[in-house]
Amino acid sequence: MSELALPKIDENVIQKKDFIVRKLKKITRSENVLSHPDEIKPYETDALSAYKQTPLTVVLPEKTKEVSEILKFCNEENIKVIPRGAGTGLSGGALPLQDAILLGLGKFNRILEIDFENKCVVTQPGVTNLGITHAVQHKGFYYAPDPSSQIACSIGGNVAENSGGVHSLKYGTTTNNILGAEMVMMDGTICKIGGKTLDQEGYDILGLLCGSEGLLGVITEVTVKILKKPQSVRAALIGFPTIEDGGNCVSDIISNGIVPAGMEIMDKALIVATDNFAKAGYPKDAEVLMIVELDGTKSEVDNMLKQVGEIAKKNNSNSIKLSKNEKERLAFWSGRKAAFPACGAMAPDYYCMDGSIPRGKLSLILKEINNLSKKYNLAVANAFHAGDGNLHPLIMYDGSDKEQLRKTEEFGAEILKTCVKLGGVLTGEHGVGIEKRELMCEMFNDNDIQQQLSIKKSLDEKNLLNPGKVYPILRKCAEEGRIHVHRGEEKFPDIPRF
Amino acid sequence: MSIEAKKNSQISLDSEIFKPEDEQTVSDIIRDCYKKNLPIEIIGSNSKNFIGYNLQSAKTLDFSNLSGIIEYLPEELYIKVKPGTPLVLIEETLDKNNQQLAFETIDFGFIQNGKSNKGTIGGYVACNFAGSRRFKLGNVRDHILGFRGVNGKGDIVKSGGTVVKNVTGYDLSKVVTGSFGTLIALTEITLKVSPKKSSQSTIAIHTDNSIQVSQLFDKILSSSNEVSGSVYIPDEPKNKKYNLNKSEIFKFNDLKYEGSFLAFRLEGDKKSIEERKKDLTKELELNKFKISTLDFYQSVLFWQKINNLELFTSTRNNILRVVIPPASSEKLMKYLKNKYKFYIDWSGSLFWIEVEDKEETNIKDIKRFVLDIEGYLTVIKKSEKFSFEESLFTINENGLLISKKIKESFDPKKIFNPGKMYREI
Repeated sequence: MSELALPKIDENVIQKKDFIVRKLKKITRSENVLSHPDEIKPYETDALSAYKQTPLTVVLPEKTKEVSEILKFCNEENIKVIPRGAGTGLSGGALPLQDAILLGLGKFNRILEIDFENKCVVTQPGVTNLGITHAVQHKGFYYAPDPSSQIACSIGGNVAENSGGVHSLKYGTTTNNILGAEMVMMDGTICKIGGKTLDQEGYDILGLLCGSEGLLGVITEVTVKILKKPQSVRAALIGFPTIEDGGNCVSDIISNGIVPAGMEIMDKALIVATDNFAKAGYPKDAEVLMIVELDGTKSEVDNMLKQVGEIAKKNNSNSIKLSKNEKERLAFWSGRKAAFPACGAMAPDYYCMDGSIPRGKLSLILKEINNLSKKYNLAVANAFHAGDGNLHPLIMYDGSDKEQLRKTEEFGAEILKTCVKLGGVLTGEHGVGIEKRELMCEMFNDNDIQQQLSIKKSLDEKNLLNPGKVYPILRKCAEEGRIHVHRGEEKFPDIPRF
Repeated sequence: MSIEAKKNSQISLDSEIFKPEDEQTVSDIIRDCYKKNLPIEIIGSNSKNFIGYNLQSAKTLDFSNLSGIIEYLPEELYIKVKPGTPLVLIEETLDKNNQQLAFETIDFGFIQNGKSNKGTIGGYVACNFAGSRRFKLGNVRDHILGFRGVNGKGDIVKSGGTVVKNVTGYDLSKVVTGSFGTLIALTEITLKVSPKKSSQSTIAIHTDNSIQVSQLFDKILSSSNEVSGSVYIPDEPKNKKYNLNKSEIFKFNDLKYEGSFLAFRLEGDKKSIEERKKDLTKELELNKFKISTLDFYQSVLFWQKINNLELFTSTRNNILRVVIPPASSEKLMKYLKNKYKFYIDWSGSLFWIEVEDKEETNIKDIKRFVLDIEGYLTVIKKSEKFSFEESLFTINENGLLISKKIKESFDPKKIFNPGKMYREI
């Protein structure tokens, strides 16, 4: 991996480590402050494990008041702070700095109120995404955004990253599904934003906070909306003989007024890889495989599924299976959900990219990626959340070969730049973090970035909260930006990634 | 083009009103005002200018000439428009492709002077007031994918894009939407659009019992039958202070009974509507009530009347918009009962309330009550005698603190619509 530029180290702070640890132990219980190298090792990286850095110290407060006092102290003493949820982020947003305190929210792990009357849950930020659904599913409710890491990722992290998931085309991402938050600003001010009402009066501060990657404030409480589970869910598994046919089918489904709950596409390389790995029974003669999931009332779902079948036929599909029961629906998904580990089994290393493009450009980008694959002589498998144009190309290589690594990085950067050229964006759901930071200038000019930095400065004047993330330090388009997995040693290998 | 050159062509900086036709001109004008510390009022077509505080500004930036659809890709589910584009033109264009703005728009023209006037998209985005579908499908802010605009220094900035899944940088579309033109002068807006459902039907449940109404709202919110509109129209107050035009406005062949009613809407294909109706009949125990069913055409008209705020057509009184947690709807209904004219939308969350001009002091009490149940209140229309003793918008101390900081980051000299929302910003 390329050398990563990080904010200038404040030696003064490093020298004051003992003082800082003593002070933190006065604010919170002493066992909540970790400073021994063995204790802080688990915090040296998040799920972008290619980058590691030991923080100055780790503090795991238990109360909002403690978070407030910690931030106030750090602001006064010019100490950088890196907030961290479950550490499952894929873009290095929680990468520590050696002169920074790592502020872990792991002890904020309680659901505070389940309010079925107002269809919301008030929770601490350390509760997992799936934990919220588990708390309300006995009454038929669920929390809609479903990032693939939902078993482990925290709701606070979801807010910081504006996490989406397979079903975001129909149900939106985190920002469309939260009502309120409690946030502590860098100067220690505790703010309540929103509550249990739809929207807030005045500026949409909650909307700004959502997806701000921990740069504007530390979230200590979240109020999320819960929805009633749909009555019926069915899926179609459709094979196409060419990339164009698959891409055109995606556009046609949308043009026909159908908004699927999820719409996924896999290319030939991934069909073969996942089928060998998960034995999902996918048609191996297809160049492109599509999974379309529909939900709603029974007749509506049946009707839409029939329409999807007809649209697929018009687009030359060479195989169509419609799920008859829940078991079959889950079987359709089993291969797709095994995409990442399947690639891990095919090559010593793979890079996972994350960009978004307009749906209609799917076949264009797939062709371009295939051309690049030939140019660089590196295999690539493609998984797409096709419904919302979010793509995850997986480039396979051998990291022990330095030349291959260099070529892979070039390949990846070309894909992301192509996304932007096609009218898309650098990151659909993994966030910018440190990973795509230097590529921001592909999408934004100086004015755009300056406006965003002005907001950062207005809320964190000294730039102490999660510095070095999101915005370019080098001001050049470095060729960085993928999940790096070596010999299957992915961080949190047990968390599904799709 | 330099400022000097522009002076000699389409604009003059000495004139009170600028009508720029392109983004660069907007930037030049604002940059000049920034240098000279001149406050600017930003307007679209003035259709909602009566909302918020009145301004005293040296210059007016009128966006009516920065109008037109830049790009509409139905299969990509987005439309990119200039801010001065009439909302009606956008809705008509989408309708031709069987698409719509899913948040449903409100026509504020009726409460202002009894005539339809939906104004421009820029003005609509500035207000962030969605119609009846909001509780199901989100507010205006949930449908803005990206924008271009000019900040208070004259810099052209952009944010977001045209795709729905995008976490590249701060989501400025959210904070700009609903900022009443106090942060940025929008020059281009990209909106998410949605397919229109092929049919719809509305069922009216005739009841005036506030406990029943709040229970019905709750059951509708708890249902998976995708109800896309849910309102309660009470036949009150009986005190004759208000023009109780309910029976004139909601005159439908199939609305069988007089008096108060709760109405909910189902949209989709006919078979699905029938299936969901059956389901809801059980869930809401509809056999216990007197029911009316409005077919497609009556249903469309019914929801237009709701979103035109026609119950308050041409009123000279104060109109309040109150948003509360839905479970508190019964409390607020009781508080208002027979004292004020009101109706409830968003299945219990949104109250539109008319307060007689002579009773303006009561707004303070209503606001206190609303704050107690953790809601917020906006004075949308002010009577001619409005004294401004009560603030028009609600905000808490920390909200104001952060808002001031955000304002400073976009518009450091506070030249955009100064005092439009809050005196301090």
